[in-house]
Amino acid sequence: MIYFLQQTLNALQLGSIYALIALGYTMVYGILLMINFAHGDLFMVGAFLAFALATFLGWSFVPTLLAAMIALAVLGVVIERLAYKPLRHAPKMSAVITALGVGIFLEHLMLAFNPYPRHMPELMPVHIWTFGQFSISSLQVLIIGLSVSLMVVLDWVVMKTKLGLAMRAISWNIKIVPLMGVPVNRVISATFAMGAALGAAAGTLYSMAYPVIDPYMGVMVGWKAFIAAVIGGIGNIRGAVLGGFILAGVEIGVAAVLPTTFRDFISFGLLLILLVVRPHGLLGKPRVEKI
Amino acid sequence: MHLLKAEHVTHRFGGLCAVSDFNLRLEPGELVGLIGPNGAGKTTVFNLMTGVYEASQGSIEFEGEELVGQSPSEIHALGMARTFQNIRLFKKMTVLDNVRLARYAKLGYNPIEALFHIGRFRSEEKKILAHARELLELFDLAGHLGELAENLPYGLQRKLEIVRALASNPRILLLDEPAAGMNPAEIGHLMAFIQKIRKDFGLTIVLIEHQMRLVMGICERLVVLDFGATIAEGLPRDIQSHPKVLEAYLGEETPG
Amino acid sequence: MNMRWTIGVGLLAGFGLCWAIPHYEWLDPYVQLVLMYLGINIILTASLNLVNGYMGEFSVGHAGFMAVGAYVASILTVLVFPEEGSAYYFPLAIMGGGLGAAATGLIVSIPSFRARGDYLAIVTLAFNMIVKSVLENLEVVGGPRGFMGMEQLTTLPWVYVWVVITIWILRNLVYSKYGRGMAAIREDEIVCDLCGVHTRRVKISAFLVSAFFAGVAGGLYAHLLQFINPRMFDILKSTEVLIMLYLGGMASLGGSMIGATIYTVVMEVLRAQGGFRMVLMPLLLIFLMLFRPRGIFGLKEFSWLIPWRDLLLMRQLRTRKEVPRASAEG
Ligand SMILES: Nc1ncnc2c1ncn2[C@@H]1O[C@H](COP(=O)(O)OP(=O)(O)OP(=O)(O)O)[C@@H](O)[C@H]1O
Ligand SMILES: [Mg+2]
Repeated sequence: MIYFLQQTLNALQLGSIYALIALGYTMVYGILLMINFAHGDLFMVGAFLAFALATFLGWSFVPTLLAAMIALAVLGVVIERLAYKPLRHAPKMSAVITALGVGIFLEHLMLAFNPYPRHMPELMPVHIWTFGQFSISSLQVLIIGLSVSLMVVLDWVVMKTKLGLAMRAISWNIKIVPLMGVPVNRVISATFAMGAALGAAAGTLYSMAYPVIDPYMGVMVGWKAFIAAVIGGIGNIRGAVLGGFILAGVEIGVAAVLPTTFRDFISFGLLLILLVVRPHGLLGKPRVEKI
Repeated sequence: MHLLKAEHVTHRFGGLCAVSDFNLRLEPGELVGLIGPNGAGKTTVFNLMTGVYEASQGSIEFEGEELVGQSPSEIHALGMARTFQNIRLFKKMTVLDNVRLARYAKLGYNPIEALFHIGRFRSEEKKILAHARELLELFDLAGHLGELAENLPYGLQRKLEIVRALASNPRILLLDEPAAGMNPAEIGHLMAFIQKIRKDFGLTIVLIEHQMRLVMGICERLVVLDFGATIAEGLPRDIQSHPKVLEAYLGEETPG
Repeated sequence: MNMRWTIGVGLLAGFGLCWAIPHYEWLDPYVQLVLMYLGINIILTASLNLVNGYMGEFSVGHAGFMAVGAYVASILTVLVFPEEGSAYYFPLAIMGGGLGAAATGLIVSIPSFRARGDYLAIVTLAFNMIVKSVLENLEVVGGPRGFMGMEQLTTLPWVYVWVVITIWILRNLVYSKYGRGMAAIREDEIVCDLCGVHTRRVKISAFLVSAFFAGVAGGLYAHLLQFINPRMFDILKSTEVLIMLYLGGMASLGGSMIGATIYTVVMEVLRAQGGFRMVLMPLLLIFLMLFRPRGIFGLKEFSWLIPWRDLLLMRQLRTRKEVPRASAEG
């Protein structure tokens, strides 16, 4: 029972991070119907930025997190403007391939400066509370609490603000909405900025929890987060969060009962079964096509 | 026996009843018009007949064979072809391939013969190439044969869609708003064109159209839908003055 | 008819060259190695083109099929076939690898009946990860440490022969009812169904053939490197194939050859840049995509790959009617 609680806590921690990254995939997809394959690498850049700020400038948690989020928001917008925007009317695949290219570029640029894995310094003192055999660290509380708050804020932005309304309108029909006076370019930039900032937050939190970071860390975590977005129904914000927690739950659950080498096998197998049963994910709706 | 017999066909999208209790009997060689205001359910009727949707209730029989539950490709094989309200050609395929594709089911060669271009592949492909060429020449499209369908002018795209439908030698042809976007002169040509293909190919045609000139000019019989229900049926000149039809088209307040 | 002769002579000359190069050491061994990689890359790219280019799906797990082919072929040469005369069993081993991969292709094609686009992308991605994960857990083939003991049976003439077979078979398939069915699925699956195409059968055939040749490429790769491990066939490898594919252009075998060639050559040229190679390569890719979003040769084809009857008809009617645009080039 204690063991179960402990593992649930681990799953919540990992799930928060998957969910934060998955949101970036899902928001961009929701608007542009494009898989931003560079997103996992934005997460990695966020982690390295946090590392640099903490190590070389000695910044503490709050400024580090904020600076990483802001810087990544800018980077996200720059990438969108330079690499994706010119391709908005090109075949969908060219934008996807460009995104793959951007991802490889970021990875190897980072690799050129960091040939060896780096160790993230401690950004804040960590307390561990123990209740009998059950223990919980302040870091876990922080990660889960902060992630959930960010998700709540995002949900509020998308559902309640004018910007969110514009985002949902564009995702409904990108051809008609500009005619109604919605500044499409600005809304798309804002989407990329928010997604990238969430990715940076995830990167910072992830590297605090798992402090060894390397330039390829975004690949696997990125793909996993993407899968989380798909499980939830890509394009659906609440689905991404749900998918993140489900995937983490499955992974931790499998690792708890089977050798870790089976983890990917089981979680991807489950994903396949889910997709065969529900090809549009848990909360996603098929786009109906009228004939 | 009727060529096609639709009885009590009903279809719902969620709560919306797009087609309710639809009945239609087609005699061989007939040209029937299906009219009604926007959103009346006309296209949905075509979709039900061709297997895109499966009717919630009712039956559609093609020479005694039940169509409800069969897949679009199975229904196509029985001899039903159609065009679409918004042109749906295979845009990035050549004109030639658009036509050849429609004869997919008529080609009997197997995958091995296809992989090595041997056996029946050779004779059958030669035949459908000649057939496609003949058909395209008949409709003055042969000069565009190697072009991508999306590069054709709008009028020719409409025509190619009809040619593609004809390529499989259907018994029944369903035309969904063939005159959309045409000017009066073009509509005149289209009327002659439809009459001609009906005769030359021995077709039975059902036609959805908003252009009254075309409907009144060539249809022998009309079925009028409104909110999914059949509100009138009969000869064009009777329909023209049918009070319910006037009401559906012009609104309730119109004095009868 | 004249062209068929030219093609035949050209193919023979090519084979002669590929035989003579290693035999008389006309080229540096390193250059020969690059040529062999190039051939394998062409097979990979062209086979992926069937599913992604012609059929318009987005499979991102091609390396998974390659892995199956590599392992099956290696097991066959190392553990199953007798040691003497291994060179004679080699083509059988490669075929075996291809068939093994094709069997997994069959499994992957089933979800494709319902899932499309990005969802199918995930299915193939998951497939790739599962293959890797299974191989890592199979101790008989060395688990994560990998599998070795293969002789270097992959030679330049063999690579050449397999490239020719691949392109020929793919071209045959593409110019048949199945190939037209694939293109129609890409353009509009519902209408394709309405035109009488058995879309499922077409999808199965695309996945089977595509996976088969990926498996062939894997077998050749394994017997060139003489060592394989599961990590070689991860998403990164699949990504590489995707890049070559979209660089060259969708739905074009000529494009796949061009894309694979450019990628292979550029990567070798950039080798001098050391760590910055993988920084420069994606930049080049991005610029290319910005200026040629459809790839270099997308939807076009070398005329010698088009069946002569089609070509003849197009030429006849084009000269008669003076049609300016055409889809055949070169
Ligand atoms: N796939 C679908 N899902 C939900 N509702 C649909 C679908 N297809 C059609 N409808 C609805 O069914 C009703 C009938 O549509 P249909 O397209 O058959 O009309 P129509 O008579 O062809 O109209 P028009 O003249 O505009 O083409 C409409 O209210 C339409 O919105
Ligand atoms: Mg309609």
